[in-house]
Amino acid sequence: MIGAETRQRIEDFLLDCAWTIDEDDLEAWPGFFAEDGRYRITTRDNEERGLPVGIMLCEGRGMLEDRVLALRTANIFEPHRYRHILGRPRLRESEDGLIRSDSSFIVMRTMQDGRMDLFAAGNYRDLLRVEDGQVMFQERAAVLESRRVDVLIVIPI
Amino acid sequence: MNAAANPADIMPTWPEGGVSRVPYRLFSDNGVYALEQERLFRGPVWNYLCLELEVAEPGDFRTAFIGETPVVVARDGNGELRGMVNRCAHKGALVCLAERGNRKHFSCIYHSWTYHLDGRLRGVAFRGGLKGKGGMPEDFDPARHRMQPIRVEVFCGLVFGTFESDMPPVEEWVGPTMAHFLKRNLGSRPLKVLGTHSQIIHNNWKLYAENVRDSYHATLLHTFYTTFKVNRLDMDGGILLSEGTPWHHISYAKRATLEEAAEYKDANVHSASYDSKLNGPALLKTEDEFDDGITHSVQSIFPTLAVHFTLNSLCVRNFVPRGLEETELVWTYLGYADDSEEMTAMRVLQANLTGAAGLVSLEDGCINEFVQRGTRGSGDAAAVLEMGGRGLESSESSRATEVSIRGFWSGYRGLMGYA
Repeated sequence: MIGAETRQRIEDFLLDCAWTIDEDDLEAWPGFFAEDGRYRITTRDNEERGLPVGIMLCEGRGMLEDRVLALRTANIFEPHRYRHILGRPRLRESEDGLIRSDSSFIVMRTMQDGRMDLFAAGNYRDLLRVEDGQVMFQERAAVLESRRVDVLIVIPI
Repeated sequence: MNAAANPADIMPTWPEGGVSRVPYRLFSDNGVYALEQERLFRGPVWNYLCLELEVAEPGDFRTAFIGETPVVVARDGNGELRGMVNRCAHKGALVCLAERGNRKHFSCIYHSWTYHLDGRLRGVAFRGGLKGKGGMPEDFDPARHRMQPIRVEVFCGLVFGTFESDMPPVEEWVGPTMAHFLKRNLGSRPLKVLGTHSQIIHNNWKLYAENVRDSYHATLLHTFYTTFKVNRLDMDGGILLSEGTPWHHISYAKRATLEEAAEYKDANVHSASYDSKLNGPALLKTEDEFDDGITHSVQSIFPTLAVHFTLNSLCVRNFVPRGLEETELVWTYLGYADDSEEMTAMRVLQANLTGAAGLVSLEDGCINEFVQRGTRGSGDAAAVLEMGGRGLESSESSRATEVSIRGFWSGYRGLMGYA
């Protein structure tokens, strides 16, 4: 049984993570994950076929940090920002005291010249660890509805 | 060939300088694009369609494209691989809507015309009419109507198709150098798919064909390797072009001699072997799989196929034109069927280097669009391709060359009617 207080904490946590990305505070983003946390972006098609290679995979906070550092210092792309819209999470108790959360998202992308598109829609399939009132991602999979990515993904979803 | 399509009327005049100059108009002219469909894609080339493993069993089918033309590859009841245009012989509707599946026969949903898996017409709904009225004429002959067949052939697990009846086998067409390397990467062990996704890039397909052959830009645009100190600029490497028409290429590199230091040799599997500044160095945990020393390679097969093998990450890239200024780049990541769990884990992590979010390659998603946008209103201006000279010779000692791009254009010019 997931209590109202826990649910509220989780909803705030998921919202905070999305805002961290949308406000370009990406250096804070790895901190939403457990030290050995896992982050993936993949497609619904890959998930349904049980295929392990998606679009992005970070195993451990170090790889999340590398992604952010690469985006800031190495990767070259046309400047753009995201705006996440989240649905309410569907919560279930999972193994090892973890909570499984599914929530729909859409991401609008705005380019520097003002061009705005629906960039991504999908399901966040999350495994959450709640300890001492603190929530963190043990695993977050952003499962995209479409197999097609417009141009590129450099900012995490 | 369509009598109205006289290449001389449609194609721009090629500037002086042969393949060292490329008119920008080729990337943004609707007439050129339409003529390419006919002379290039439906002309004397083998087009990559799908993997053989996707059509392994009788009844398996996979839809694909030759240029913009929709096609379907199917394995018939006798185990023969068949290719046909994905178009009903009645009204022209798509017959197969799904990307892949398994069927006993095909059926067009519009008027329920049904086809054998080799494209022969099997049945016409209401052929005899209803209650003795209507129906097809008495002399309607199903044997004279079918889905248009195309020739298909498998080489190294790749299925190719062509509209041209008079084509040499794929192996002969790509030439011995290309065939050898395809066998090395794809032909030696059974393959398995690890995952797939695609990228819509907003540029003419030929800009990606150039980009994938462009070894000059690699360490200039893609700075991940150098920023994180995971690659050495002085690695041994070179460019090999196909015999005959030099339109296919291999760009390869060998890891620096550092890699052969004694402490790495006995382990074979080594993490952090690049002296990198990565916080998550396991990303580049790698294992040597071949004894030729080649650790990075990209191979292109004209017109729209590329295969890369970066460290342990093996991937087939197919760039499909979706209009004059739009291309779908489909990434299919592969492993070998008998890979260990550990090897699969390495291939899965290294897939981070490429694809739509590739740490090394993501810039290619936008750079070709920048050319597309930059060349608008360029009139008769042309690109300059003189790095590594103006010729078409393989470059076995340096990748600071655009020779493989010139090779692409030499093949293109031949097909499109330039002398």
